[in-house]
Amino acid sequence: MCRLFAMTSAEPLSPMVAIRALDVMKEGHDGSGVGLFLTDLGGDFEQFRGGPILSGIFSNAGIKALDRYMMDMDFMVKYKLSIRPPTAPPPGTPKRDNYLIRVYEYPPEWEALSQAELHHRLMMTRLELRRMGEADGSMLIFSFWPDVIMIKEVGDPLTVSEYLGLNRRELQARVMLAQGRQNTNYAIDIYACHPFFIQGIATMTNGENTAFVPIREFLTSRRYEGYQGYQSDSEVFTHILHYTRNHLGLGLEMYKHIITPLKDDELAEHPNGAWLRLVKQSCRPLIVDGPNCVMGCLPDKGLFMVQDSKKLRPGVVGGNPGMIAFSSEMCGLDAAIPARDKSRDFQPMKYDTVYVGPDRREVRQWSQWDELTPRP
Amino acid sequence: MEPMGRIDPSTLSVRDLPWQVLWNRETCTLCGKCTAVCPVQAVELAVHRKRVVTAAVGLAEKPSQAVGLYHGIRQRTDAAHACVGCGMCTLVCPNGAIAPAHSDEADKLRFHVQQGGEPRRRGGRRNDPRSLLDAIKFVRISMLTDPALDAGRHEFELRTLLGRILPPEEILKVTKENGWVPPVREIYPLVIGSMSFGALSPTMWEGLQMGVAYLNEELGMPVRICTGEGGCPPRLLRSRFLKYVILQIASGYFGWDEILHALPEMQEDPCAIEIKYGQGAKPGDGGLLMWYKVNRLIAAIRGVPAGVSLPSPPTHQTKYSIEEAVAKMIQSMAMAWGFRVPVYPKISATSTTLAVLNNLTRNPYAGGLAIDGEDGGTGAAYSVSMDHMGHPIASNVRDAYLNLVKVGKQNEIPIFAGGGVGKNGNLAANAAALIMLGASGVQTGKYLMQAAAGCLGSEHDRCNICNVGRCPKGITAQDPRLYRRLDPEKVAERLVDVFKGFDTELKKIVAPLGRSTSLPIGMSDAIGIADGHAAERLKIKYVV
Repeated sequence: MCRLFAMTSAEPLSPMVAIRALDVMKEGHDGSGVGLFLTDLGGDFEQFRGGPILSGIFSNAGIKALDRYMMDMDFMVKYKLSIRPPTAPPPGTPKRDNYLIRVYEYPPEWEALSQAELHHRLMMTRLELRRMGEADGSMLIFSFWPDVIMIKEVGDPLTVSEYLGLNRRELQARVMLAQGRQNTNYAIDIYACHPFFIQGIATMTNGENTAFVPIREFLTSRRYEGYQGYQSDSEVFTHILHYTRNHLGLGLEMYKHIITPLKDDELAEHPNGAWLRLVKQSCRPLIVDGPNCVMGCLPDKGLFMVQDSKKLRPGVVGGNPGMIAFSSEMCGLDAAIPARDKSRDFQPMKYDTVYVGPDRREVRQWSQWDELTPRP
Repeated sequence: MEPMGRIDPSTLSVRDLPWQVLWNRETCTLCGKCTAVCPVQAVELAVHRKRVVTAAVGLAEKPSQAVGLYHGIRQRTDAAHACVGCGMCTLVCPNGAIAPAHSDEADKLRFHVQQGGEPRRRGGRRNDPRSLLDAIKFVRISMLTDPALDAGRHEFELRTLLGRILPPEEILKVTKENGWVPPVREIYPLVIGSMSFGALSPTMWEGLQMGVAYLNEELGMPVRICTGEGGCPPRLLRSRFLKYVILQIASGYFGWDEILHALPEMQEDPCAIEIKYGQGAKPGDGGLLMWYKVNRLIAAIRGVPAGVSLPSPPTHQTKYSIEEAVAKMIQSMAMAWGFRVPVYPKISATSTTLAVLNNLTRNPYAGGLAIDGEDGGTGAAYSVSMDHMGHPIASNVRDAYLNLVKVGKQNEIPIFAGGGVGKNGNLAANAAALIMLGASGVQTGKYLMQAAAGCLGSEHDRCNICNVGRCPKGITAQDPRLYRRLDPEKVAERLVDVFKGFDTELKKIVAPLGRSTSLPIGMSDAIGIADGHAAERLKIKYVV
């Protein structure tokens, strides 16, 4: 089972904090991959908040193709962090030419675009670059979005992070998601590493998604360009959240109602039962059957966690105002924030959604039984 | 036979028949029950002449002979009285002295069944024991990568939806604007398929209805039953139990005068309206209730004279195109109940299914599509239709589902699959396979006749005389002397047994696949088959 760790901190931290928490939970992942999502960036990237950041892995030929494509698009590089590991990779990790994090300046004609169009073009650029690199593996693209860095690699999280030197000064963030992967049914593929990202939304999951195929069919049949990939059955959790927010215009409180709706007899008791029943029927192909713990980050930099409706996975949130962490195991939380009031730790159960906003002051929680406000 | 033993082309010996009646003279009590019970008078009382030669040892006494008699039965060999293998004689024999046995070679009777120029008609099934559904295995077992669920302890929600389901964007818009939301029923995924009042005996119908009421009201299982094309008894139409009933309208419109007149007095809306355009057992052919079964009660409910055959036309005569048939008829039926009742068509599986389905996707009033495969049963049809017409259900449902996926409407138009579900006794496995191929639910008829009422039919042309109203178990008979053999209370009990058993078996299938909170519709990664061509066709795993 994969291990998950997410953290939000008022002060920028090195991603190694999250990696070390994963390492404490090491017996739960087999080192078949590590994924990092960083946002609300500190370090060198803080000054480039508005510009989109491209994260990926490139061969030398891939970089040339990237440069050609981005120059044709009229993107300008404003800042870059290239990681070219000097030593041989650790066992199990492929040798790569370049791990690249580049901040771009928008093409001048993009300046006047609406936010929706801008977001669409950013996504399409990411997908196009991914497509270009797919044939020969020359480009692996993880994200292309302002104030977002993603790093993924195959191998043991701590070993890979040390190999890549992720403790470097330039790389700091206030919000981070980290996942140590336990490869199960699917082939080891770097695109199967969590977290998954689409238009400012990132999520990661542990556990297998047994309802994967019908959900994938539903998402791909929405004919939305961003719903593709699916090298991992967990990618659909990210896309369902995106669909909920961006297509249906519903908030996070409805995410759980969509992936794990209340049972029919429970809906009969719910103050918004009649409406929720219609939503449940309409979104029936998006129902997940667990066992899954989902953690994620919203475009507002808030973090959240939900569990499947059988609550078959652990998951805890705790910390202090200004620094709060989510962890799939208690030991990960203990390692990251040992000095906290443990009596205030919260383990969300089958009806709960927990959310920590960008102010990092408190853990908000709500239950599926709560009345929806405003009333739909 | 004439004294000289004239032989006609259709003169057959017992050996030429599919079933031979084996009789034991030693144990026979000559009670006559077998001859009385035989639905086709295949056995008759007979006096056999027998010569006995006595030859003493030695030469003193000359051998002598005497001609004696003994009594017993004789099997008749003309086509009209050929044994159908039902085995009722064995059932009633106090000494086990008689039993039909199936011939070990192909019979000759099949060449002589069109006596008088009328091809064979029968009830029952296709008589082909092969089943692709039986060959589908459930291969995606959660164990170590994820915990398998416990069929006995976890909570399961295995209901399905019948009715047009609006897509998420649309449902949000419509509810905001207080618009019309099409009616959707949350029902049990195993539906009792359409078997008409008329095709079935009154006791069988009553038993099924009682069982359905018990399942709903005592066990909380929202099981639904479809009437078939024969109308609905007036008291049921005006009762609260109507909500468990799917009313079928077909090309003969039998019983709809009564139904429409009952509309103002209905306490409840029916579950749904099924418009039958085709039947898997005899695609392209209309319903048929042969005159033997049209007694006064049936005639009254159907609004026809008694004692005449009731062949429904192969198509709805007032419609001349798919647009008319599908769009207008669905809309008319929906309107009759104020758009509160889902209306959906039922077609026989065919290579043109997708044309119908695509039409439905554009019809906002279409509440689903029922597809009936070639293995479906019938109360009466021409043998040639049953044996040779039709399309297997598995690939038809799969094509329909994947077509809906292509247009993104896989959740909007539920597909119900029928035809051979449980034909070899594997009801839950067959149903689960169809659901994972993309069906929202399944319809079954024959299995319930066998399990709940003891139908004797098999895939080896056993019995199959539902059409002439001589059902020896009283399931499809309209003669009170026959249908009184069937106790409706016992039918209801057995129906409840079947559904409870099915429910447990379905859980035993889906729980190890890690599914419990929603029916695994289209979970095609969970199934496989040891036939490469079938796997490729169905887009499922090939496993050997």
